[in-house]
Amino acid sequence: MSTLTSGPTGAPLRRPTRAPLRRFLDYAVLSVLAFVFTLPVLYLLLGSLKPSDEVLNGLSGFLPTHLSFDNYAAVLDSLNSDSTGYFWQFMGVSLLLAFVVVTGGLFVNSMAAYGLSRLKWRGREAVFTLVLLLMLVPFESVAVPLFYMFNDQRNTLFIQALPFVANAFSVYQFHTFFRSIPPSIEEAARLDGAGPWRTFFAIIVPMSKPAFASVAILTFLTQWGSFLWPVLMVSDPSVRPLPLEMSVFQGQQPPDWGQILAFGVLLVLPVLIVFAFFQRWFVQGVAGSAVKG
Amino acid sequence: MKTVEPAPAAASGRQQGPLVGAPAPRPSRRSREWLHGLLMSAPAVAGLIAFVGIPFCYAVVLSFHNVRLGSPLEPTFFGVEQYRRLFTDPDLSGPFLRALLNNLTFAVVVVPLQTGLALGLAILLNRKLKAIGLFRSLFFMPVVFPMALVAVIWRLILARSDQGMLNSALDAVSLGNWGAFDWLGDGLTAMASIIVLSVWQGVGFQMVILLAGLQQIPGELYEAAELDRASRWQQFRHVTLPGIRGTLVFVALLTSVLSFRVFDQVYVLVKGGGLDEDAARTVMYQAVTTAFDQNNIGQASAITVVFFLIVVVLTLIQRRVVRPDNED
Repeated sequence: MSTLTSGPTGAPLRRPTRAPLRRFLDYAVLSVLAFVFTLPVLYLLLGSLKPSDEVLNGLSGFLPTHLSFDNYAAVLDSLNSDSTGYFWQFMGVSLLLAFVVVTGGLFVNSMAAYGLSRLKWRGREAVFTLVLLLMLVPFESVAVPLFYMFNDQRNTLFIQALPFVANAFSVYQFHTFFRSIPPSIEEAARLDGAGPWRTFFAIIVPMSKPAFASVAILTFLTQWGSFLWPVLMVSDPSVRPLPLEMSVFQGQQPPDWGQILAFGVLLVLPVLIVFAFFQRWFVQGVAGSAVKG
Repeated sequence: MKTVEPAPAAASGRQQGPLVGAPAPRPSRRSREWLHGLLMSAPAVAGLIAFVGIPFCYAVVLSFHNVRLGSPLEPTFFGVEQYRRLFTDPDLSGPFLRALLNNLTFAVVVVPLQTGLALGLAILLNRKLKAIGLFRSLFFMPVVFPMALVAVIWRLILARSDQGMLNSALDAVSLGNWGAFDWLGDGLTAMASIIVLSVWQGVGFQMVILLAGLQQIPGELYEAAELDRASRWQQFRHVTLPGIRGTLVFVALLTSVLSFRVFDQVYVLVKGGGLDEDAARTVMYQAVTTAFDQNNIGQASAITVVFFLIVVVLTLIQRRVVRPDNED
């Protein structure tokens, strides 16, 4: 109660005297921390633009000398035959898998969450409990039996994408979001003659953009970096996704560091672009589901 | 517009029109919703059962058998032999127990370290400063880096030659008294290296969650505390910490569950980066190499089941601890 009366008068009186110094200190601390924290990224960027023999060269690896895009050209050049695989193919496989897993996942998981959160039917509690139970099972603990079950499907695109479309955690995230929508919206839709499907696709989906964006980004991040499953299932370069090729590429002897780092930049660029565009949604989504959930 | 016929999908099996919709008799709507609800959930639930439920049960079954990949011999029932070997056969239990211990070490160090760092960053970034969004993005950036790439960057930073980034930095700081050190290859620092790069990659994620928690603390609480002449530390202790207690517990437990799943960076660095295999192997690494390199599916499944039990226990603890707080 005292905050109401003295808050506005108390605060402005004290602020002006110490604000500039404090603000300067804040910026200084943040800048130093951010610099140290982003050094590895700087190293990646600079190294990708330098001749290979200068990358692993002590602290001078940070000197921006002899910068060029030669490494990028060399990567694209060296991954350009059937025996090495084609760079565009690795990128294409990763993009395709991400597209299928993200869009398929959004569709299937949001629909399930809607059916489980907004429609009233016998058995939905049981089904939702099953989903929650399956959420407890980390992918790592089914990787080995899946690998054994689908051993004859190795080196296909299908088996790389399909296990990740349905995702219990995504269902849970959508479920949390849909529960916060007021029931009156559906009642209004029902009065206008819309059934559950139309209500979902025409009304609920458009108003749930934040949930869709955050689930999409989280799925995309996980799928883009996916490594364990490709390690088990993929040996053929023609269906090999980028992160797996990254680990193959960096294992070459002798390592060509400039090219390896250029490859790394190409690997992370699509995610950085997506992240730059959807950052706000992402942060809201991650934070929202964590704090409220 | 509003009087159009119901959508085609909804029209199927529809008995009463929209006019009767509002005070509709319960039972018929119930039965209709049963069908729609089930149809809507079906694809996802089927996928989950096919790719999570069944494989998981299969893992349990396989773990009681002697199954080898590519072997002409039929799988034979093995009872609890795989588990017994895992814990008592010196050849197998050595690496496995080492992997468990490594996982434990990783979790025990990473959970407080990463949570603490994330909290510090979140508090620093919870200001109304110009360009604060830029700083938040910078600290979050490594989260979007695939582990396969993170491992490669740090392989260079930690390279064992005197030209490695860390070694040459230490050399410069110590005025040449520091010799080259094999950070990844040395048994003592291998796990520490994995920890450093994992924390670097993951801390931004926790930071974002904690930041959201901080922003839910009402500003009046701080104003009141300031009026009571509470010091910064007292404000942190009595306003900030209680305000984000639930979030903090959530983040710590999430980190501990995730930390048990560590695999990518270990695999990439062992296979191609000179990481000491014994000092850094984790349970998942052990399961994958057992299945993949030794073709021993039964053994790998037993490891998988043990791994799952550990994760479940951690998750259940998480639910226990977090639930009561949320219901306030």
